[in-house]
Amino acid sequence: MSVRIGVITFPGSLDDRDAQRAIRLAGAEPVALWHGSHDLEDVDALVLPGGFSYGDYLRSGAIAALSPIMAEVKDAAAAGMPVLGICNGFQMLVEAHLLPGGLIRNANQQFIRRDQRLRVENASTAWTNAFRAGDEIVVPLKNGEGGYIADGETLKRIEGEGLVAFRYLGINPNGSLNDIAGLVNERGNVVGLMPHPEHATEPGFGPDTAAAMRSGTDGLGFFASAMAAVAALAA
Amino acid sequence: MPTIVVDVMPKAELLDPQGKAVAGALARRGEDAFSTVRIGKRFELTVDGEVDDAVLARAREIAEEILSNAVIEDVVGIEVVE
Repeated sequence: MSVRIGVITFPGSLDDRDAQRAIRLAGAEPVALWHGSHDLEDVDALVLPGGFSYGDYLRSGAIAALSPIMAEVKDAAAAGMPVLGICNGFQMLVEAHLLPGGLIRNANQQFIRRDQRLRVENASTAWTNAFRAGDEIVVPLKNGEGGYIADGETLKRIEGEGLVAFRYLGINPNGSLNDIAGLVNERGNVVGLMPHPEHATEPGFGPDTAAAMRSGTDGLGFFASAMAAVAALAA
Repeated sequence: MPTIVVDVMPKAELLDPQGKAVAGALARRGEDAFSTVRIGKRFELTVDGEVDDAVLARAREIAEEILSNAVIEDVVGIEVVE
């Protein structure tokens, strides 16, 4: 039985189809879900994709976080289902209080697009178990509001409890506190990050590597991790 | 019709990149009387009928829970204008 990973499309989602494609390349079955529905269609895991839901009105991800389907997403997250928020999806997860802190305009006011080096800080999450802690990966980054912030107490807690999943390496592209690129919740099933692993899953279309141009597929590990996490939950 | 005006500002201790960019532009134009600029949001909620305590209380909740994000912003004012 193949693992079914749902990708929720919101008004203004851009990378939902890319996420579906990445899931298929990783060997799972992508399931297209709709923000206005209350039906998760029996999926085993969920991806909240990147884009500019509701034109980033109010705050990035804020209006999408109020979508009908987010009630079911919250219930599923509380029940331990693997949930990944990519870029705008990460912004939705913090707006929905599934992850702590917030994301603001990049410190330099620029929209950034680059192949970004990351360090996997926590390799025991539902979306990182295919990596080892300390692994360096390269994944495309493209955002205008990716500056991670939290108050001092929250920052101390997430660092102390190992909730930083990914950190920017080489350059901090957006002014994120402590170079934080992605977070995981206490339970380890909900992960959010600004960079786009779904854009590094197919040779010829990924970031450059030392071996060849556009050959980077480090993003596949995210989806392989979720498949392993789903198998572990079923066992 | 009565309108409830909600003002939201980024938290004082956080970087406000938009405000900083405007302050930079003012400085370049020689506007040296203004040292900092911070940019917030104003929401106008039009009410059908009377603004009673219940409506105002609900507006306050919406301001805290939806119109602002307490992690990055503060609601700095709620007032009723006719």
